[in-house]
Amino acid sequence: MTVSSTSHQQEHGRFMTVMKDILARPSGLIGLTLVLFHILLALLSPSIAPYDFKLQNSSLMLSPPSSEHWLGADHLGRDILSRTLMGGREALLVTGIATPLAVIWGGFIGILFGLVGGRVDEVLMRIVDAFLSLPWILKMLVLIVTFGTGIGVLIPTLTFFYGIPVIRVARAATHDIIARDFVWAAKARGHSRISIIWRELLPNVLDTLMVEGAMRWSWMLLAFSSLSFLGFGVSPPIPDWGLMISDARGFMSFAPWGVIAPVIGLSSLIIGINLSADALAKALGIDRAQKAPM
Amino acid sequence: MPQSPFIDIKNLSVGYTSRSGKTIPVLRDVNLSITRGDSIGLVGESGSGKSTLALAAMGYFKRGLHVISGQVQFDGIDMLNIERNALQRLRGGRLALIPQNSGQSLTPNLRIGQQITEALRLHSDLPATSFDAGVIDLLSQVRLPDPVGLTDRYPHELSGGQQQRVAIAMALASNPEALLLDEPTTGLDVTTQAHIMELLRDLAKDRNLAMLYVSHDLGAIARVCNKVMVMYAGETVLTGSAKQVLLSPRHPYAHGLLASIPRLNETSLPQALDGRPPMPSETIMGCAFADRCKLADRTCYSSSPPLNHLETGEAVRCFHHDQIGQLNQKTEKSARSNPVAADKDTALSLANLAVSYSRPRLLSKLFALQDTPPSTVDRITIDIKKGETLGLVGESGSGKSTILKTIAGMVPAQSGNIILNQTEPLDTMVEKRPAAYLRQVQIIFQNPDDSLNPRHTVAQILAQPLRLYYGLSGTPLRDRSIAILEQVRLGEHYLERLPSQLSGGEKQRVAIARAFAADPEIILCDEVTSALDVSVQAAVLDLLDVLKRQDGTTYIFVSHDLAVVKAISDRVAVLYQGRICEIGPVAAVYSAPFHPYTDALLGAVLEPDPDVAPRLKADDAVELSPPNLGCPFQRRCPRKLGSICETNIPTAQEIAPGHIIHCHISQVDL
Ligand SMILES: Nc1ncnc2c1ncn2[C@@H]1O[C@H](COP(=O)(O)OP(=O)(O)OP(=O)(O)O)[C@@H](O)[C@H]1O
Ligand code: SF4
Ligand code: SF4
Ligand SMILES: [Mg+2]
Repeated sequence: MTVSSTSHQQEHGRFMTVMKDILARPSGLIGLTLVLFHILLALLSPSIAPYDFKLQNSSLMLSPPSSEHWLGADHLGRDILSRTLMGGREALLVTGIATPLAVIWGGFIGILFGLVGGRVDEVLMRIVDAFLSLPWILKMLVLIVTFGTGIGVLIPTLTFFYGIPVIRVARAATHDIIARDFVWAAKARGHSRISIIWRELLPNVLDTLMVEGAMRWSWMLLAFSSLSFLGFGVSPPIPDWGLMISDARGFMSFAPWGVIAPVIGLSSLIIGINLSADALAKALGIDRAQKAPM
Repeated sequence: MPQSPFIDIKNLSVGYTSRSGKTIPVLRDVNLSITRGDSIGLVGESGSGKSTLALAAMGYFKRGLHVISGQVQFDGIDMLNIERNALQRLRGGRLALIPQNSGQSLTPNLRIGQQITEALRLHSDLPATSFDAGVIDLLSQVRLPDPVGLTDRYPHELSGGQQQRVAIAMALASNPEALLLDEPTTGLDVTTQAHIMELLRDLAKDRNLAMLYVSHDLGAIARVCNKVMVMYAGETVLTGSAKQVLLSPRHPYAHGLLASIPRLNETSLPQALDGRPPMPSETIMGCAFADRCKLADRTCYSSSPPLNHLETGEAVRCFHHDQIGQLNQKTEKSARSNPVAADKDTALSLANLAVSYSRPRLLSKLFALQDTPPSTVDRITIDIKKGETLGLVGESGSGKSTILKTIAGMVPAQSGNIILNQTEPLDTMVEKRPAAYLRQVQIIFQNPDDSLNPRHTVAQILAQPLRLYYGLSGTPLRDRSIAILEQVRLGEHYLERLPSQLSGGEKQRVAIARAFAADPEIILCDEVTSALDVSVQAAVLDLLDVLKRQDGTTYIFVSHDLAVVKAISDRVAVLYQGRICEIGPVAAVYSAPFHPYTDALLGAVLEPDPDVAPRLKADDAVELSPPNLGCPFQRRCPRKLGSICETNIPTAQEIAPGHIIHCHISQVDL
């Protein structure tokens, strides 16, 4: 047995205990089930959707739920069930890529700020704070208007904007760790900065980052859907909950099913993520209010 | 006439339910009765159930714990079946608790006066009009200076000792009849602690209190308690008068515990008590202490000893208590490694080292607008020989850690030089030092919980220096790690453990192993035994000494505990406010003539002997920064000569070769 395999065993053991702990909590069980359900749906929906999502049938325009079309049809006569089932695919794809990227870059910069400390850190954090105080939708709209829409713009944009709050959290967690003697010890031994970040800080900040990532994910989903709603996200005819809500809201008074179905889709996913994040934080012993390890 | 017991605990067993549903006892069949006027000291290693028992006396059990059987009575009241409100009234009323760090847990944003008024309002029957007088009265009872002025201050404006006094005053607000104290002076300075002990002693006498005092510090117990109860693995193993237990303990565990305490009047290392107590979840066959007992025989492993009540008044849980005399012969004191020869080369020179934490603003620096505050550490000049152990003693804030951090290059020196092996001066910042030098200076910290990365296994912890300095990996790395672990008397199977899976002593061994893995020239030890039980402390001291003998390592050993420093060091430097007061060979510093501060420090040491009273010289005021001019000790010095002490830096007087005292008092008068 090599030295590194022993640590993997420890990590593996920890993963299992944390997983068990999450599943033992009602919030964790419900949350994870919801998230898993949505991920499965995103993967399988093209084959289980009863109708072609872009098939328009003018005779069905805004028709109410029926035995053929369980959730009715939208203003172009497309099957709402099929579109709702598939409406999370784009959102999950984009946020599924952008969330980890945001956590990675924000986490790295945050740890670095925390490590460097002093005046540099203070000044940079002021900039971060100033940036955070601007309404996010404004910042994003400016970027999207400048660079256009589409996945190629959305992913980097969301990654960038959602990494910034992660900087704050990672920096705060780093500050807590950095005062501890084992970091002093590593510095005194003469380890490089990278080694200190990688070996001493990261393993201890990781828990906080994971919880933060889960929370960011739900916020990002909301942002993505809002952008779609405003017409800057997914381009039609690709189904997307945000877009569907936007399209259907004009007919809400007489064809509410067009709004209700995607709202349920979106909110169940977001609730699922939030519940999971909550259970994860509790399992890891992190106080979400403080966002720092206890 | 024997009084009826005031606090009476009968056959109490307390336990928790394990995950598998089994009841695990943490207290087993404990009896304890305290009459008014009695102070009972409760001692034992961490985890022996001391605090559980003390809290049980007020009918309180930590979450998860429940009573398995037994009774707890307070003045005839059944504390286990009492109505909630009545219990609440008793606690903090007739029965007051002073927990660990209670001084630090005062409400930070309330003035002292308000906090005590609140305590009076809740727990006393004083009319509201006399609250103010009551507050002043309480503050003077705990001997705080200027009680009137104090009421307007906030807790952070008081020193640690003063905060602790306020906490005691609050506990006294209800005019309690019984006082429970759980490590009330842990973390306080020697002089402060000695003063608080005297206060408690007098309070107990004046108010005829029933007192239960939990501490791992037998010196403190000796000072305030007339009876002592020793606990081991949740059981009472010995009770008796303070004299009986502390001077001639009749139980092998108590004997070992007392032998493991370093004493000021001895020069050898204390006797380590090897092994560790069983965990509550382990099933114990026979005597719980058998694994560590030098008197154990076959009976001890097969049947558990009953608590024998001796004619002399003690109660002992041991089959062979009559053979205790043999232990003294069996335990020959481990001799300390020989003092280094004077002709050895110098390993490390500190030349006029000064450190300041204050960062003057650019503007004031340019225009010299402000006087720069005096440096935290100043005028440190010491040559340390190869293989020597230099002790650094001083109260909290005296700059001990700062000096070590400066040597390690983690805090920049303001001026002066650090010279390793008589070569050119080291750069003050660790990043700029050559790798070869880095390896030669290693640090061991006070608290292993903090100095070991909680996410690293022991293997990963040891791999850090081995990879960095020797580029080891794979099998050679593992082999070397095992070899080092064996040196600190831990086995190969520890490699896969995380720090959370180790006991305090084991963690500190891993931290020591990590330092030795670099094969350094000098090891800086910052209070390395302060977080450990005395028995574990003795083992760690012994280990450090053995390793030093093997490798010829040089130590700088920082501690606030004068007896520990005496036990391990060849030479000692006494620090006050970052300045050296006295430096010299151990034997010289610990005997007359003294620097007034050394004298005050030594006088305040509490020996685990009820017949020895401390000699309290200086007050226990805490100073936040050194004076600008003159002697650093001038504000507290009981022998201050006059204005010369305020204006002139005391000259170094060489009393004997290598023994230097910085004081204006002439050599003959010291
Ligand atoms: N990073 C820091 N910034 C400012 N002041 C500091 C810093 N670290 C320590 N000090 C101050 O320097 C003085 C010396 O502190 P130091 O930690 O060296 O004392 P010590 O002798 O090790 O005390 P203890 O026994 O409590 O560990 C104290 O007044 C302390 O408040
Ligand atoms: S009963 Fe035996 S093992 Fe236990 S303390 Fe006495 S001699 Fe030692
Ligand atoms: S120099 Fe003066 S103030 Fe300082 S220790 Fe000596 S007598 Fe006391
Ligand atoms: Mg210190």
